[in-house]
Parts: sequence; C-alpha cells; structure tokens
Amino acid sequence: MEAVGKAREKVRLDFKQGVKDCIPTLLGYISIGIAAGVVGVAAGMSALEVALLAVLVYAGSAQFIFAALFLDGSPAAAIILTTFIVNLRHFLMSATLAPHFTFYSVRRNIGIGILLTDETFGVAAGKLQQKQPMSVSWMNGLNMTAYLCWIMACTAGALFGNWIAEPEMFGLDFALTAMFLALLVLQLDAIESEKIKHYIKLVLCIAILMLILSCFMSSHVAVLLATVIGATIGVITEK
Amino acid sequence: MSISLPMLLLIAACAAVTALPRILPFLIIRNLKLPVSVMKWLSYIPICILTALVVSNIIEEGNPISLDWQTITVMIPTLLVALWTKSLLLTVLFGVVLMAVLRFILVLV
Repeated sequence: MEAVGKAREKVRLDFKQGVKDCIPTLLGYISIGIAAGVVGVAAGMSALEVALLAVLVYAGSAQFIFAALFLDGSPAAAIILTTFIVNLRHFLMSATLAPHFTFYSVRRNIGIGILLTDETFGVAAGKLQQKQPMSVSWMNGLNMTAYLCWIMACTAGALFGNWIAEPEMFGLDFALTAMFLALLVLQLDAIESEKIKHYIKLVLCIAILMLILSCFMSSHVAVLLATVIGATIGVITEK
Repeated sequence: MSISLPMLLLIAACAAVTALPRILPFLIIRNLKLPVSVMKWLSYIPICILTALVVSNIIEEGNPISLDWQTITVMIPTLLVALWTKSLLLTVLFGVVLMAVLRFILVLV
C-alpha cells in the first residue's frame, strides 16, 4: 500500500478504512474474547455479568483478572485496585496518541480514549510511523469494530461456557498466562537492541521480587508491589 | 441470566478506574505535559506488570509457597512460540492446545 502511495493519493483515513484496518486484529479479539467469556462463567459469573463486564470495562487482561480474583473471593477493593493498576498502561498509550488529536473537540477525544486497547493502539502507532495524519473517524472505525467484536465474543464465550463441564480440561485457563507471556514478548520485541539487556535484567529482577514478596503477602499485592518497585529500579538503573 | 447488585457496583467501579487512565491523557495533554521522569517511570509499567503477572501464574500460594510445575512445563514451549511467531493469537492458541493435550495425557496415565 505504501509503495503505491506516490502514484495514488494517500489512502483516506476515513471510518471505513478504520474498520478495514481493524480486521487483522479481529481473530485475536474473538479467540481471547471467547476465552474471557468462558473463564468468567467458570469463575461463577452469569452470562449477563460477563457481557456487562465486556461492555463497561472492555479490557482483556483486566477481565481475566477480574474473573480470577472473583473466583478467589478477593475483596472488592483489591479487584478495583488491581483492575486500575493492570489498565494503567493505557495511560501511556493515550498519552502517545493524544497529541495527534488535540485539534478535535474534548468529547471526541474522550470517545477515542475510552475505547483504546493494546491492539487498536498498535494499529494507530503503526499509522503514525507511516507519517499518516490521524483522523478521528478512522480511529472511531478502528475502535468501534474492535469493541463490537469483543462484546460479541465475550458474550458467545459466556453462553457457550455454560455447556462446557470442565473448561480446565480444554486448557482455556492457560489462555491468560499465554496471553501475558505473548504481550510481554511483544513489549520486549519493541525495545531498541541496545536497551534490551537492561530490560531482560529487569524482568529477572521482578521474577525474583515476585517469589520473595509472595512469601509474605497475597499474589495480588505482590504483583502491585513488584511492579512499582520494578519500574523504580528500571528508571534508577537506566543509562 | 441475572446480575447481583454488588456485582453491578463492582463492575461499575472497575469501569470507572479503567476509563480514567484511558481518557485522562487526552484531557490533560492539551495544556500540560508530564515531567520526563514520570513518563519514564510509566514506560516501565507494562513490562513490569506483565512479568509480575506471568510469574504470579506459576506461584501457588500457601505456606510455604510452591511452584506450579504443570504451568511452567507448558510455559516454556509457549514462550518459544511467542518469540518465534510474535503473534498473540498463535501463542495463546498453542498454549491452550498444549495445556489441553498435557492434561489429557495426565488423565490417561
């Protein structure tokens, strides 16, 4: 597409193009969404609750964690705080995209931000790298396609989950771990090669921190503390 | 198909704390820029929290804590697939299938 950019006019980043650009990510949304629905029901939530979670929270890892903590009988405050911390990464993504949308109204900016995910951020960041001017209708096409697909997948998984006697037997509970692992690899993959050693050391450091902290506190608190300490170590030891 | 009031409130609260970091930069970045040190610290959060979450999945709580060797066994080839494919979808599908196969074999044995 970029090769013919000169011959043809630049592809107009309208709503329809946003929908098209979302398609490569849809299989991911559908499979993880179905898994999130199955896991939610397996954790004791009703299909309606799972659907509402998808509509209102709309964050894959947070929905998995929500289900896991709910099953554990964690206190509400721990679930809310963990959800907040897990989704804090969106702050960075929004901060990266926000400068390109400042000339749009506040209402439109809120609309873009509230539907931002790892995947739609990834697609948008790719467009930025190609020096394509951002358009709010393109971003909405991208975001809304992902959003609707996610809700449908989660709901389908929740309804389907009712018919599966033992979801563990299908290995679906491992989807969460595998997803975090893949997201971590993708994060590290985006690090410049001269900094990668620093990050690998940090990953090992956090793993050790987790093992130590888990002896003294619940794993949820350990995750929060290891993350905060780890990020601080990362900044301090950065060259 | 039902929804309890405590669950509704819990979901609403989680929705609020999820929306906040997504929206806030779009509102504040118009006039105000965060200090470089804060942005730098935040840039470490994704990798730190993902690492912590992966590790938390292999720790079994208890006194003393123990490691979940079944998960670790499946995690190693899954990590290789993630490194090789760089694909979220393929990694998740591979991991889930491998875990299912391993459990199926364990049931047979």
